[in-house]
Amino acid sequence: MTEQPKAVALISGGLDSMLAARVVQEQGVHVEGINFFTGFCVEGHTHAIRADKRAEERQGSGNNALWVAERLGIPLHIEDVVEEYKEVLTNPRHGYGANLNPCLDCKVFMVRKAREWMEAHGFDFIVTGEVVGQRPKSQRAKYLPVVSAESEAEDRLLRPLSARRLEPTLPERMGWVDRERLHGFHGRSRKPQMALAERLGIETWAQPAGGCCFLTDASYSAKLADLWRARGAKNYDLDDIMLLKVGRHLRPRPHLKLIIAREEGETRFLEGYRRRYPHLRTVSCGGPIALLDGTLEEGDLALAARLVARFSAGRNAESVELEAAEPDGAPQRLSVTPLAPQAVPAEWYIG
Amino acid sequence: MARTSLDCRNLLCPMPVIRVQAAVAKLAAGDELAVYATDPGALQDIPAWCRVHGHAVLSSEERDGEVYLLVRVGGGASA
Ligand code: SF4
Repeated sequence: MTEQPKAVALISGGLDSMLAARVVQEQGVHVEGINFFTGFCVEGHTHAIRADKRAEERQGSGNNALWVAERLGIPLHIEDVVEEYKEVLTNPRHGYGANLNPCLDCKVFMVRKAREWMEAHGFDFIVTGEVVGQRPKSQRAKYLPVVSAESEAEDRLLRPLSARRLEPTLPERMGWVDRERLHGFHGRSRKPQMALAERLGIETWAQPAGGCCFLTDASYSAKLADLWRARGAKNYDLDDIMLLKVGRHLRPRPHLKLIIAREEGETRFLEGYRRRYPHLRTVSCGGPIALLDGTLEEGDLALAARLVARFSAGRNAESVELEAAEPDGAPQRLSVTPLAPQAVPAEWYIG
Repeated sequence: MARTSLDCRNLLCPMPVIRVQAAVAKLAAGDELAVYATDPGALQDIPAWCRVHGHAVLSSEERDGEVYLLVRVGGGASA
């Protein structure tokens, strides 16, 4: 090939995928990034909820993938895969990880999408930041071969950080990249990545613990499992999964859940959902807004109001006045005694 | 040169960026896109996306809880 080879790199916003892209870029390959928005990504929308300090400090986008793309100087294509991802999450062939994270199916899905993009745009190969032996023991041996095979990327999938421990891929055999200048990292230690980042002059930053998305988070997964249980089906829309990231979630009745704001940013965020959910807010004292998700049976509204009052500034008062409103109805006032802390069973808390 | 507008109100990041990406893909170099959003993150993310793709942000402002950006499509990088 006389033309400059072209690679599409999966950019998660983490350090490994950034290093992998940089390593092939350094060998003269034209690299463009691709990032998939599943709805569960850790970043992104969060600045709508609370001030994004990191974005302010490091100046630039609060979106990690965009921030990385700017540092690498590459175009980044962000793909909305919210709908397609539902099948991956609700029906993973290879099952879940420690929480509701379908990591292997997720990687297969993303590499397959990247392969389709590669083919549609006349690119030559795909780059990921995967490292041999990085995954939990039970999945270790099969992980990388399954991703290559099931995504049908086969030997057009290059893992520059571990390539020297793997069979030579097409880009290596064709001489598009020099295998000698790729790496042989393995295992869960982060030291080789840190050293490489330093050598390449890439500043490192705190990585979100666990993984690139909320599904690795135990509390988040518990809330998602609760949502599916209450619905009797594994379905969701984008609003559902956004709301699982916000507020305190309590289920005092099998058919009723409350989402109670914990601070001002969350209050503002939940206010945006007043047209979709019945809600409660305190009026006689400062307090949070709460969305009611489910059905209201006899006595439920009063119970919900007492629960919200328990989290208001009037928690020790004799009575607290609240306003309850249906999504499109006029607010109705009610006065209740806040629930005592011991009257809120631990099982009501989700996650 | 044409000017189109794009309503990204009530969408959370990165959806406004994704919408801008799709809109720009249909425009020609020199065209302008006026973007209206409510997520303040769009004020950082849309300019960052424009920088990596070679498009220009001619103006951006936040007023009364709304974000407005005017993007001019560049000729170089593809969307
Ligand atoms: S952590 Fe989330 S985004 Fe990352 S591979 Fe696992 S499921 Fe996919």
